[in-house]
Amino acid sequence: MAVVASREQALAVAAVPRVVPSHNGGGGHHDEPQRPAMNQLGLWLFFVSESFLFASLLVARFYLAGTSRGHVDQMLGLGITAVLLVSSLTAYLSEVSIAQGNRGAFLFYLLLTIVLGVAFAGGVAFEWSTAEFSRSEPYGTAFFTMTGLHASHVISGVAMLGLVYYLGLRGHFSAKDHWGVEAVVKYWHFVDVVWVFFYPALYLIGA
Amino acid sequence: MSETAVVQQPQGAMPAILPVVRGIIGAALGFALGAGATSLIRIATGHDAWDLELNFVLGYTLAAPGWLLGVGVWQFWGREWLGWKPQEPLLHGWQRYFTFCTDHKVIGVQYLVTFVVLFLLAGAFAMLIRLQLLSPENPVLADGTYNRVMSLHGIIMIAVAVASVVGGFGNYFVPLMIGARDVAFPRLNALTFWLIPPVAVLLLGAQAVGGWDSGWTAYPPLSVRNASGQIFFNMAIITFGLSSILSGLNFLTTVTYLRAPGMSWGKLPVFVWSVICASIIALTFTQFFAAAMLMVTLDRIAGFSFFSASDGGKPILYQHIFWFYSHPAVYIFALPGFGITLEIIAHFSRKPLFAYRWAVGGMLGIVAISGLVWAHHMFVSGMSPWMHGMFLVSTEIISIPTGLVFLSALGTIWMAKIWIRTPMLFALSVVFNFMIGGLTGIFLADVPTDVNLSDTYFVVAHFHYTIVGAEIFALFADIYYWFPKITGKMYDERLGQIHFWIMFIAFNMTFIPMFYPGLHGMNRRIATYTPDLQGINIFISSMAFILGASFLIFIWNMCYSLLRGPVAAADPWRARTLEWRVSSPPPVENFPALPVIHGNPYDYGVPNAPAYAIIAIAGASGEDDPAEGGN
Ligand SMILES: [Cu+2]
Repeated sequence: MAVVASREQALAVAAVPRVVPSHNGGGGHHDEPQRPAMNQLGLWLFFVSESFLFASLLVARFYLAGTSRGHVDQMLGLGITAVLLVSSLTAYLSEVSIAQGNRGAFLFYLLLTIVLGVAFAGGVAFEWSTAEFSRSEPYGTAFFTMTGLHASHVISGVAMLGLVYYLGLRGHFSAKDHWGVEAVVKYWHFVDVVWVFFYPALYLIGA
Repeated sequence: MSETAVVQQPQGAMPAILPVVRGIIGAALGFALGAGATSLIRIATGHDAWDLELNFVLGYTLAAPGWLLGVGVWQFWGREWLGWKPQEPLLHGWQRYFTFCTDHKVIGVQYLVTFVVLFLLAGAFAMLIRLQLLSPENPVLADGTYNRVMSLHGIIMIAVAVASVVGGFGNYFVPLMIGARDVAFPRLNALTFWLIPPVAVLLLGAQAVGGWDSGWTAYPPLSVRNASGQIFFNMAIITFGLSSILSGLNFLTTVTYLRAPGMSWGKLPVFVWSVICASIIALTFTQFFAAAMLMVTLDRIAGFSFFSASDGGKPILYQHIFWFYSHPAVYIFALPGFGITLEIIAHFSRKPLFAYRWAVGGMLGIVAISGLVWAHHMFVSGMSPWMHGMFLVSTEIISIPTGLVFLSALGTIWMAKIWIRTPMLFALSVVFNFMIGGLTGIFLADVPTDVNLSDTYFVVAHFHYTIVGAEIFALFADIYYWFPKITGKMYDERLGQIHFWIMFIAFNMTFIPMFYPGLHGMNRRIATYTPDLQGINIFISSMAFILGASFLIFIWNMCYSLLRGPVAAADPWRARTLEWRVSSPPPVENFPALPVIHGNPYDYGVPNAPAYAIIAIAGASGEDDPAEGGN
């Protein structure tokens, strides 16, 4: 969706370390002691904003379908949830590794995170293809919208992890300077936390 | 401009046009890619190749990023994502206004000019509406066309209300007023502006595929079943929402971290506080409008059933989600209007702002309660009756913090030796207009009266008093107040005051009588009415035409003064805030050295008040505040 595509550009603000642009027509580059703090706040405000989007869908799910639930594959749901939670752990290990200057471990855990992210998206795609309910009934409307919007965030997260991996391979990022890694990993955790709310709402509550 | 950077673009090749051309090419490529891929998949799965709405949505999903990348995101930003150096152009003068320029002052002017033009355009649509309403059976507009014109007028004016003051004056003056060189994320700032042209193109382009007739509120089930222009509207709202969210994020980060040394939260100009409050609302609630549009879009193009009652969907869900944004959005309009009104009233009353802390607390209180009142728009929608009393009470409660802001304005005017200039006239009129808007709002908050007044012209008159009367009058107060700072020229005071009086009187003569047909049941959004109301409608339309004509004086004054006006001093209003401590227009990067804040922004006539700010000049010691002591 347009929302998602443009949101990723928005995130890239925070994801990429940047120099202060000089203004058109002159002006110098300034030292900016507040830069790390501003990047952090900007990223967190972005999460606050996104939370409202996901919250609106969570509310819509119960408003539309109450606690009624269509038939979903519980083992698959549990499986992809486990995969996503483990991917947060590997993302964390990746960030810690670059903070310690260990490029090998950083790239290894990053790749593992990407693989797990793709596995999660694949699991959702499989659930979609085998679903026994349609998108034109209340539960189905909520299910496909929520998993779809969440999966689009997972896929864009994978794309950004891939970009960080590419930059990491080419020698970017260091123990001192790895804001790009930190931002994308934080985004990954955020997408994970959203699923922690969506999973029970779609798979566990009701009957 | 004093700097001497080298122009590196080839001369004579109209370099400033290039970014826009690149953007259009990017958008075309993106659209072809998105829509083409959709067609291929549709053919592969045995459907017709072309489904207007589906192809359009998926095409636009790539056209919007294509436009942004072409217009400058790739050059100044995207290259960094691949580890390359960004290429920044060095352009001078007018050319910067057509590029992805990161200077907050350039972006402020881009917003301002864009939204003043949109304001005049949407005003022209209002003239068409009033022309139609001269008679109950007027052939000027066909019924369907009337609804489309009304919808277009509504949404463009809402966009103007959301982004003109915050995007225009917020961008230009918040960094100046807090003593910063720019905003926290300059490139993000440029991005928020360049998201606006697609919005305007979508809203106007929608007319080519039948427009949309569901007003700016776009309630289903109509918005799920009407002409395809609706889908353009949906995409426009999602795009505009993104711009609004990101600019809120930017302002909040900027004010948190880039205040000048000594600028504690208690010394922030009240306009900055109002932008903070509007930014909090924009950052969070806007997502709900985007979510509502996403749901309508999915219902239309993909067979979802959010709002289709026959499939178990619930149309009222839309109204809850929509108003959960759109009531707080009223404060995105109103709070910056209040902020600038208090600002100007303090400077032109030559007195300290009365009860500064209570006024700021009032604005924050409004933000806190703004998310708890939305369903007062739904008393006749069929929602559960137990919600009626709750939302009646919460709506009445929000008038308490609003009252604090109002009392701050009155307390500042009280016993003041008022200096009457055009900005002050507009600011005082905001207080008057908002009083009428607030008092008539009581009847719409109370369920028994609202049940009778809902969807009538009483509502139309009421919200024009709050939105036009408060925010648009504040926008014009702003324009006159800061015109000398932005342009370096002085506007014509006599023409300014003539514009004010015609606009103020015609506005009140248009909208005070409008409560009357509302009380007699004249429906809003409908091209006709009962014949007994024709007399008053003719009067309202005549006054509306005078209101519309008053802007011709404004346009003339602005254009003539820009070209031929006398050169403005750095501080024509003898105001204490920081933007008046630098030249008109301010230099690139605003200050020779970061200002150090000592006093309070509104200490006019206070004995021994310290200077508000001291700005070091090129190694020399401090400069005293010329407005010290005031009056
Ligand atoms: Cu409201």
